[in-house]
Amino acid sequence: MPVLRVEGLYKVFGRRPDEVVDQLSAGASAADVQASGATAAVIDAAFEVEQGEIFVVMGLSGSGKSTLIRMLNGLVRPTAGHVFVGDEDIAALDPKGLRAVRQQRISMVFQHFALLPHRSVLENTAYALEVRGVDRRTRLAAAREALEMVGLEAWADHRPDELSGGMQQRVGLARALAAETDILLMDEAFSALDPLIRREMQDQLMELQARLGRTIVFITHDLNEAMRLGDRVAVMRDGRIVRLDTPEAILADPGDEYLERFLADVDRSRVFTAGDVMSAPVAGADGRPVATAVTVAPNTPLADLLEPSALSEAPLLVADDTGEALGVVTRGDVLAALGGVSSGDLATRGDTTDDPQSLESPRA
Amino acid sequence: MPETTLITAAEGSVLPRVPVGDWVDTGFDWLKDNFDPLFEAVSDVTESAVEGLTEALLLPPPLLFAVLLALLGLAARSVAFAVGSLVGLLLVQSMDLWEEAMETLALLLVATVVAVLIAIPVGIAAAKNDRVSAAVRPVLDFMQTMPAFVYLVPAVTFFGIGLVPGIITTIIFALPPGVRLTELGIRQVDAETVEAGYAFGSSPAQILRGIELPLARPTIMAGVNQVIMLGLSMAVIAGLIGAGGLGSVVVTSISRLDVGLGFEAGLAVVILAIYLDRLTGAFGRTDQKSPLWRLRRRKTTTAPSNATVGHPAVADQPTEQLVTTSPRA
Repeated sequence: MPVLRVEGLYKVFGRRPDEVVDQLSAGASAADVQASGATAAVIDAAFEVEQGEIFVVMGLSGSGKSTLIRMLNGLVRPTAGHVFVGDEDIAALDPKGLRAVRQQRISMVFQHFALLPHRSVLENTAYALEVRGVDRRTRLAAAREALEMVGLEAWADHRPDELSGGMQQRVGLARALAAETDILLMDEAFSALDPLIRREMQDQLMELQARLGRTIVFITHDLNEAMRLGDRVAVMRDGRIVRLDTPEAILADPGDEYLERFLADVDRSRVFTAGDVMSAPVAGADGRPVATAVTVAPNTPLADLLEPSALSEAPLLVADDTGEALGVVTRGDVLAALGGVSSGDLATRGDTTDDPQSLESPRA
Repeated sequence: MPETTLITAAEGSVLPRVPVGDWVDTGFDWLKDNFDPLFEAVSDVTESAVEGLTEALLLPPPLLFAVLLALLGLAARSVAFAVGSLVGLLLVQSMDLWEEAMETLALLLVATVVAVLIAIPVGIAAAKNDRVSAAVRPVLDFMQTMPAFVYLVPAVTFFGIGLVPGIITTIIFALPPGVRLTELGIRQVDAETVEAGYAFGSSPAQILRGIELPLARPTIMAGVNQVIMLGLSMAVIAGLIGAGGLGSVVVTSISRLDVGLGFEAGLAVVILAIYLDRLTGAFGRTDQKSPLWRLRRRKTTTAPSNATVGHPAVADQPTEQLVTTSPRA
């Protein structure tokens, strides 16, 4: 059973929203109803998020993604439709029930951190538990633990304004983790950070996620971030979810011109892994072809295959933890994936690996 | 009611004469006739409050009390401020105006407390509700711009000559900035921070107490500071209706055309005003560097300060090692 299920969700701002929903469900576009003075922020959104998944909603500003994420915890009331957390419909809850769900099921990380400047880092981290009425000793202990998870335990007694932006957002993350909710909403959580710190935060989030297995809904306008973090990505445009698939599937086949234009900027070397680009093991090999000297794990990003590929004449062997051969990666496979050559589509989309960070040596 | 309250043609004008004054008179008479016991009760309570406070302020020896006030200044601000206020307060004593100054201070404190108790809740209501805000604003404009002397007349009708009408007019005159700045302060609190409060399941009351009021504190304190300043100027004017204190000294000096006495009383008001302004100003700041603040700060942060890891940039780095994907060579 999915942790989070969204059905026919609409949000319309302006006059007579219900009538506008009827028009929209009959096929009118956001631009059509705009003429009548209503703003359709989210149109007929539907998706399910499974336990332990990072579900990314990607869209440009004004695409409705912020409104969508705020409907998931009831900060914005849906005009129509349902949001099920477990079997509770957020859209139908009264304020008291809504507060209970927010305290126990869903927490949130904000774009500009939204920390309380008059409280210490530790007290900020304990905020969710304080609201829930947990006694002081217990909540501060839990907060300290959450700060340890993000590596900020030494800063517990400082004020937020004494910390850098990246550290403040880690406090924001710790605050959400300390709440121990199974669902974590992240609203452009890393967008206010500079690129290097953003990458670190993404790494840390993935590392924490591997350990904690929370269910994360992550909003971003950064396609690279979406592709890097998402188990699945929902692409929003003009209030509608126009595509919902795995990052690899979206990259391999954008489906429409709009997406294709955006995908031109994606760092493919970070999205595709050895497992995505490998071809079948060399025929006749009994598990470990003689010609292959270098072995890589299937989840190794393409970026980390560049150097071994360049140095090795033979294809790289892809093997799982037990050493069983899954396939091989040739230089041709690497180049084809970087160039976006796939599914018979021979049009080159330009080399997108000019990002200097993608040329780092593999992490041994 | 007699014809005087009806609209009649004004002499030499095409417009009818609207007898606003008559209506107000009638209204006040009616209030006076029907609510006299209430006014008397209010009068008794405020009078005993101010008189009790005046006695309390005059209880310690003036020299000692001046030193205590200076020490309060030291705790809230700085050594320079403490020395300055001590010199100023001693000057008031040497001008033989200490008792009057304490009477004015007592009147001002009571008026300020009442004004703040009214202003902050009204300001909160106005910040939360646009209709309340729209309804309150013209009332505040009226209270603030109606000439101060005009308040004195109805106050005297209700409460007679003396301390009480002085306090009432002071409250009315000093209230508006308290309301306005409370509303402004709460409306200015970062929307995302308030949203974060809701996202973690806080109730509106928890948000007000834990987020909005603390973040609006500097602005609200600026409002309280303005309440005190306006209150002080009105407390002196209230000397005209027998409110006592420095105001009555000013009134005496005017009636005797005694420039020297008037200047001394004025100077005492200025010293009191500057002292109160700087003191309350210090409570509103969040980046306090006062001796008291530093002391408190040292107490709460002694434990980790030695173990602190260093610069933010240094602490940002270890995460790099936590990357999950690691190809085996």
